Amino acid sequence: MTLFLEQMLNGLQLGVMLFLMAAGLTLIFGIMGIINLAHGSIYMVGAYAGTLVIGQTGSFLLGIAGALGAAAVTGVVMEMVVIRRLYRRDHLDQVLATFAIILILNQLVTILFGRQPLFVPMPPLLAGSVELLPGLVYPVYRLSIIVVGLLVAAGLYVLINRTRIGMLVRAGSTNRDMVRALGVDIRMLYTVVFGLGALLAGLAGLMAGPILAVQVGMGEQILITTFVVVVIGGVGSIRGAFFASLIIGVVDTMLRAYLPGLLRQIMVGSEADALGAGISSMGIYLLMALVLLVRPKGLFAADS
Amino acid sequence: MNGSSTFRLVLCLFVLVALVALPVFADATGQPALTSLATRILIYGIAAASLNLVLGYGGMVSFGHAAFFGIGGYVVGILYQHYAAGEPLFGFIPGSNQLLVTLPAAILVSGAFAALIGALSLRTSGVQFIMITLAFAQMLFFLFVSLKAYGGDDGLIIRRANEVPGLNMRDKQTIYYVCLTAALVFFVLLWRVVNSRFGNVLVGLRQSERRMAAIGLPVYRYQLAAFVISGMGAGLAGALMANFMRFASPDMLHWTKSGELMVMVILGGVGTLFGPLAGAAVFIILETVLAAWTEYWQLGVGAVLLFVVLYTHGGVQALALRLAGRRA
Amino acid sequence: MTAPILAVRGLVKRFGGLLATDAVDLDVRAGEIHALIGPNGAGKTTLISQLFGELRPDGGTIELDGKGIDGLATAERVSRGLARSFQITCLLSDYSVRDNVAIAVQVRQGHSFRFLANVRADRQLRAEADALLADAGLAERADEVVANLSHGERKQLELVVALAGRPRLLLLDEPMAGLGHAESQQMIAMLRGLKQTVAMLLVEHDMDAVFKLADRISVLVYGRVIATGSPDEIRAHAEVRKAYLGEGDEAC
Repeated sequence: MTLFLEQMLNGLQLGVMLFLMAAGLTLIFGIMGIINLAHGSIYMVGAYAGTLVIGQTGSFLLGIAGALGAAAVTGVVMEMVVIRRLYRRDHLDQVLATFAIILILNQLVTILFGRQPLFVPMPPLLAGSVELLPGLVYPVYRLSIIVVGLLVAAGLYVLINRTRIGMLVRAGSTNRDMVRALGVDIRMLYTVVFGLGALLAGLAGLMAGPILAVQVGMGEQILITTFVVVVIGGVGSIRGAFFASLIIGVVDTMLRAYLPGLLRQIMVGSEADALGAGISSMGIYLLMALVLLVRPKGLFAADS
Repeated sequence: MNGSSTFRLVLCLFVLVALVALPVFADATGQPALTSLATRILIYGIAAASLNLVLGYGGMVSFGHAAFFGIGGYVVGILYQHYAAGEPLFGFIPGSNQLLVTLPAAILVSGAFAALIGALSLRTSGVQFIMITLAFAQMLFFLFVSLKAYGGDDGLIIRRANEVPGLNMRDKQTIYYVCLTAALVFFVLLWRVVNSRFGNVLVGLRQSERRMAAIGLPVYRYQLAAFVISGMGAGLAGALMANFMRFASPDMLHWTKSGELMVMVILGGVGTLFGPLAGAAVFIILETVLAAWTEYWQLGVGAVLLFVVLYTHGGVQALALRLAGRRA
Repeated sequence: MTAPILAVRGLVKRFGGLLATDAVDLDVRAGEIHALIGPNGAGKTTLISQLFGELRPDGGTIELDGKGIDGLATAERVSRGLARSFQITCLLSDYSVRDNVAIAVQVRQGHSFRFLANVRADRQLRAEADALLADAGLAERADEVVANLSHGERKQLELVVALAGRPRLLLLDEPMAGLGHAESQQMIAMLRGLKQTVAMLLVEHDMDAVFKLADRISVLVYGRVIATGSPDEIRAHAEVRKAYLGEGDEAC
C-alpha cells in the first residue's frame, strides 16, 4: 500500500513539473497562436544555468535565481530575434524556425558544457526523507517540488482569474483577434505571456536537475510529453493543462512502476522489462488517442 | 508559357541523364562515396516529396512522417529476420528477402499506419494536429525501442540487402540504380497525382477548407486519403533505406528525423514537385560538408535553416528564381 | 400547395447568455427570392451559418425539400442542393477565376478520387466553367488569379461558384456589400434572372436591391422574426418601421 502511495506521489511530482511546462506552452499557443518547439530549450537553459550557479556559489537559492534569470534572458532574446517575426507566419514556418533554435541552442550548450550529463547536488536543506504516514517515507525534495508546483498553480489561478492581465489572457485565448481589435497593447501581452512561460520552464528545468539528468536533449523529451498534456487538456486552457498534467504524471508513473511486474508473470524477465518499459512509454500516447476519439479538442477546450 | 515548360522538360532530362551517369563518373574520378551520397539523396528525396504531398500541396503540417519512414525500414528488417530464421511472423506470415515482396509490404504496412494515425489526427487541425502527429510518431519510436526481439535501441541489422531476380544487390551501384528506378516511378506517379482531380482538390483544401466544404467536398475523406498516400511514399523510402544501409533502427522514427524531412521540404520549396528532391540534396550535402568540418555541424544546419525560414519565402527554388529574375 | 424548398421551424441558437436566434420560423418557396433584413447584429449571418451546417443550432428543425437536414455536414447539405455565397469572400486565392469555378463543377460531379488524368486538360470541365463565367460577364477574367481581382469581381465570382453546384436553394449573404452602383445593378439583374432556376434566401442591407428583388421579406431583430410579408406589407408594418426602416441611415 505504501508503495502505491509513494508511486502516486511520484506521479503527482511528475505531473506538477509537466504543469509548469504545459501552462506556459498552452498560453503561448492559445494567446499568441505560436507553436514554439524551443520551449524545451528554455527548460534546458534553466537547468544548465542553475547548475552552473550552484556549482559556483554552492547555494541552491542562487541557483534558482540563476535559472530564472537565464530563462528570462533566453526567452526575451528568442522572442525579439525570432518569435516576433513568426506571429503572422504559418505554422510550418514557426515549426521550422523554432526547430532551428533547438539545433542551435543544443549545439551551443554542447560547446559550452560538453556532452556529459551534469550532476546537480541536492540542496542540503531539502535532502533526506520525511515520514508522511506510518511506513510511508518520502524524499523531502520531491515533496517540495509538489508544493512549489501547487503554489504556482494557485498563483496562476489567481493571476488568470483575478487580475486585469489575467482577464486579457482569458479573453485572448478564446478570441485573439477580438482582443487585438479592442486596442489592447498586444505586444505587451505577448511579451508577458512569453516571459511567464519562459520563467516557468526555467524553474521546471532547475527543479528537475537533482532528480533527472541535466543533459542536452532533456528539453525535447519533456516537450513532447508536454504536447500530449496540452492536447489532452485542450489548447489554451490552463485548467485543462493542470488536470491533464496530473493525470498524465500519475498514469505514466503507475505504468512504469507496475507494468513490467505484471508482464513478468507471463514473459521472460528481461523481455518483460523491455516490453513493459516500451508499453509504459506508449501509455500516455494511447491515452491521448482515446481522448481524441471522444473529444477531439481536448477535455477543457477553450473554444472560440 | 510554352518556353518555360520546354525549359523545364530539358532540365529534367538533363538531370536524369546526369543521375544515370553518376556512378560511372564517380568511379572514374575515384570518388565512389559520391554514389552512396546520391543514393541517400534519392531515398530522402522520395520521403520528403511524400511529406510534401500533405504538407506543401495539402497544407497539413505533419510532424510525424518519420514514423512511416521507419516502419517501411522495419518491415524490410523484420521480414528479413524471419526469413533468415525460418520462422514465420506471428506464426503465419513467412519472412522474405525478395525486394519485390518487401517493397509492396512496406508500402502497405506504412499506409495502414498512416490510415490509423491520420484517422485520429485529422479530426483536429492547426497546432493540435502538429502536436498529435509528433506524439504518435514518438509513440511508435518508443515501441520499436522496446522490441528487443528486433534489436530494440541498437537497431536491426540486415545481413544482406533484399534480392531482385537477375540483379546483384551486393553491388553499391546496383542498389543506386534500383533506388533511381524507384525514384523515377515514384516521381512520375506523384506528378500525375498532383495534377489530377485529386491533386486539384488537395490544393484547394490548402487554400481554404471552408470553401471546399461549401462546394460540397467531404474534407476529412480527402485529407485522409492524401495522408495515407503520403505515408506509403515515406514507407517506400524507408524500405529502400533499410536495403541501402542494411540496417533499421528506431532513430529512423525519431522526431528529429521528421524535422529533417520538413527541413528538406522547405529548403527545396514547399508545394513544388521536385523541390523536396532539391531540398534533400541541399540538406545532405550541407550536412556532409559541415560534418567533415566540425563536430558541431548541427549548429550550422540550424543557422542556415533559420535564415531560410525567416528570410526566403519558398526555399531554394524561389531564391533561384528571384536571383534569375534579377538578372533578366 | 407545394412544399417550400426550405422550411425552418423554431430555430434557436445561444452563445452563452446571448440568444442569437430566437425561435425563428422561415420558409422559402420555389421560384422566389425571400429577403432577410434586419439591423446589424440581428443574427442574420448566424442564421445562414446554421442553415448551411457551419453552426449547430440549439433547437428547432431545418428541412430541405421536406427532408430534415439537421445534423448533416455542410458537404452533405450541398450535395442535396444547398449553396451559399459568403459575405467576406471565401475563394481560392492562388487559383485563377476559371479554376475556382472548375473545381466547384468537379466537386459537384464527384469523381474526385481520380489520380492519373490531368485535370487541367479536361475540356468538358473547362467548357462548363467558361460557360458559367460567360453568363456572369467574367469571361475575360477567366485566367486571372483571384488574388488580383477587384472586390466587385470577387463578389460576382462567389455567386458563379455557388451556381456551379446547380443548387436548388441559394443562401446569399450580403452579395451587394461593397459594390459600386453599376456593379450593384449588374448583380441585381443577374439575381433576378436566376429566379426560375434557383430559389434564394437573400440577406441584404441594400434596401434598393431588396425591394427590387424580393418576393417576400422577413425582418430579423435581436434574433427574432418580427414580420414576414410582401414588400408593400413590410414597408407599411409599424413595428418594422420602428425597429429598422425608421431608424435612419442605410448606407451601402
